[in-house]
Amino acid sequence: MMVIGLSHYLTVAAILFTIGVLGIFINRRNVIVILMSIELILLAVNINFVAFSTFQHNVIGQIFTMIVLTVAAAEAAIGLAILVVYFRNRGNIAVEDINLMKG
Amino acid sequence: MIQSLIFYLFSVILLLSGIMVVSARNPVHAVLFLILAFFNAAGLFLLMGAEFLAFILVIVYVGAVAVLFLFVVMMLDINFEDMRKGFHRYLPVGFAVGAVLLAQLVMVASAWVMDPQAISPASSGDNTRALGQVLYTDYFYPFQVSGLILLVAMIGAIVLTHRPPKNVRRQNVSSQLDRTVEDTVELVNVESGKGVL
Repeated sequence: MMVIGLSHYLTVAAILFTIGVLGIFINRRNVIVILMSIELILLAVNINFVAFSTFQHNVIGQIFTMIVLTVAAAEAAIGLAILVVYFRNRGNIAVEDINLMKG
Repeated sequence: MIQSLIFYLFSVILLLSGIMVVSARNPVHAVLFLILAFFNAAGLFLLMGAEFLAFILVIVYVGAVAVLFLFVVMMLDINFEDMRKGFHRYLPVGFAVGAVLLAQLVMVASAWVMDPQAISPASSGDNTRALGQVLYTDYFYPFQVSGLILLVAMIGAIVLTHRPPKNVRRQNVSSQLDRTVEDTVELVNVESGKGVL
């Protein structure tokens, strides 16, 4: 078994990113799963940041990971709040019916 | 040897649970697999030597974000079977886009070399101390801005979801002060033997 290098982590992050994008495509109707797929994508980005940070012995990548974590938490909170308000008004969360702002 | 074994264990479970997140029938199961994915990503972070971020990942994602997801999924009364109607219709285009994206990412990852000059000398000391020494000095303003982002998110979520209570009677001082004797008091001469209608 070879030693674990940077490319191993990058490969895992790439596959995870692809799974997240795939999740957005195949769950077009379910906005909750779309939000979870976005979380997966951000997690893949974080793995990339930390991998580069570790293998370059540079701690700044981990600072950026923390900022990404902050933004991800804020995004999840606001997204779910919008979802709750929408459900309260319409009684469902079908994404395809959300076209009131189309004009 | 043991390190690569642990790496493969964590990454395989991470990727499998990621697949389960996007393909699970029940959204509650999807959230639980998301939690499993976060735990395994934290394991990968530990393996890379980023202990502080591993703990932050478990605390923030598993403790807050995933629980928030679970809460919302269980609170909303939704027919989730209805939502999976387009699943097979979107599957081919999803796989096509995913395959293209993955091929591009693999091409980048395989054709890419790191400049040896980019690698700083390995620093001693623990991860948390190193992070703190950079975070509160060079990256102080981004740190403050991220706090501001959290504040805005908190206020936004409260404003969006808060409903003023309907059945509560509150004191309205101005309407109390506006009351006059003519509005509220009526003097009636009551004849004896009859009541007041």
